[in-house]
Amino acid sequence: MTTKSLHKRESDLANSNKQLKILSNGIFQNGDLPTFKEKISKSGQFPLKAKKLEILQINVGYMCNQVCEHCHVDAGPDRKEIMTKETMLQCLEVIKSTGAHTLDLTGGAPEMNPNFRWFVDEASKVGIKDFIVRSNLTIIRANKKYHDLPEFFKKHNVHVVSSMPHWTRGKTDKQRGNGVFDASIKALQDLNNTGYGMPNSSLRLDLVYNPSGAFLPGNQVDMEKDFKKALKEDFSIQFHNLFTITNLPIARFLDYLIASENYEDYMHALVEAYNPLAVSNVMCTNTLSVSWDGYLYDCDFNQMLGLPVNSKSKHISDYNENLLEGRNIEISQHCYGCTAGAGSSCQGVVA
Amino acid sequence: MQKTYYDPADLKKFGKISDWNQELGDKFFDYYSRVFEEGTLSAREKSLIALAVAHTEQCPYCIDAYTQDGLQRGITKEEMMEALHVGAAIKGGATLVHGVQMMNKVNKLEM
Repeated sequence: MTTKSLHKRESDLANSNKQLKILSNGIFQNGDLPTFKEKISKSGQFPLKAKKLEILQINVGYMCNQVCEHCHVDAGPDRKEIMTKETMLQCLEVIKSTGAHTLDLTGGAPEMNPNFRWFVDEASKVGIKDFIVRSNLTIIRANKKYHDLPEFFKKHNVHVVSSMPHWTRGKTDKQRGNGVFDASIKALQDLNNTGYGMPNSSLRLDLVYNPSGAFLPGNQVDMEKDFKKALKEDFSIQFHNLFTITNLPIARFLDYLIASENYEDYMHALVEAYNPLAVSNVMCTNTLSVSWDGYLYDCDFNQMLGLPVNSKSKHISDYNENLLEGRNIEISQHCYGCTAGAGSSCQGVVA
Repeated sequence: MQKTYYDPADLKKFGKISDWNQELGDKFFDYYSRVFEEGTLSAREKSLIALAVAHTEQCPYCIDAYTQDGLQRGITKEEMMEALHVGAAIKGGATLVHGVQMMNKVNKLEM
């Protein structure tokens, strides 16, 4: 189990250009990999164009209390990048003016940003239809000052979306660290006790599953059934939906793929599972991702790879919907991850 | 010419067996996919059966395929190993139960 971020380890892969170089040039012994551009060109889907903005995803910082093996953000306790109140104010201005129906706060552990509660207070007044906070669950149990988070979320009618790699301790702790499973179970019970995740409750609690290794996620409907059955039987836990997400070959997951000599097979598996139907619904077409320092990206993955939006409007301080709508989306080989099988997005499958 | 009988890359070429007999190949693959659909048994249970049989048949392609399939379905390694022991028990039992034939033969032939 990794205990430090790639940045802290001063790994080559902490540099997004190095990651892009590996993704573009490959380290293949067994033939070439078609480029994602070639692939979507064949189905007449290049260039991929941004549609009307529906989801504004804001990454409020890379600091996290966990160091998960697969983390594409390379988040961890040693990451100090945190969104300032000034940038948050700029985000609030955009939230007020945009027609986006979903606001999605992510990190790291977004709750660790010192201005997190203030931001949620302010943003919840704007009247966004779906206000998501991506919580890693363990933060709720990490420290006394976070124990009231379920009540705080309830007060603001926040939609909680939480990562849960498996319904067993072994698989969960292997991906996320020792003790994560027990803390996650306790946090889920806390959320349930607050009313989150109960069958008829309007307090939405969804879980996110991504595979704990170099394989693709299984069928979302089947996985949800298995998760619900096991968590209810073993721990009396309930939740609404399970979103399955494919691990994209970037940051720590890329590091794992290379170190375990799975990189080539994994990339081939993604390409073989390429689904043109998923392309038209990938999240980058209706989402905008804002980084901790206010820059705009097509998605969270492009943010981590340092691929900003292809638009004159590049920062939340000069946000211009007219300039951003219809922009060409930046693509690279990692995009195969979102278009494999039933597709993958922060909201689960797309095809 | 490769120097081993099995090449992992050949698994991806499995569908090509239809190239030399389309009709029977199609019938086989239609049957195969129908067998693994959700039925009275869940697709998950069928995957575990397939994994156990893959081992008793000692088919490396099938072992790779159904180990991967199991992981994708969220099947744990403990469940996989338990399924394997079921296969091993039947395989061992199948060997031993023939011992009755041996015993019958010995009993018949010996004075």
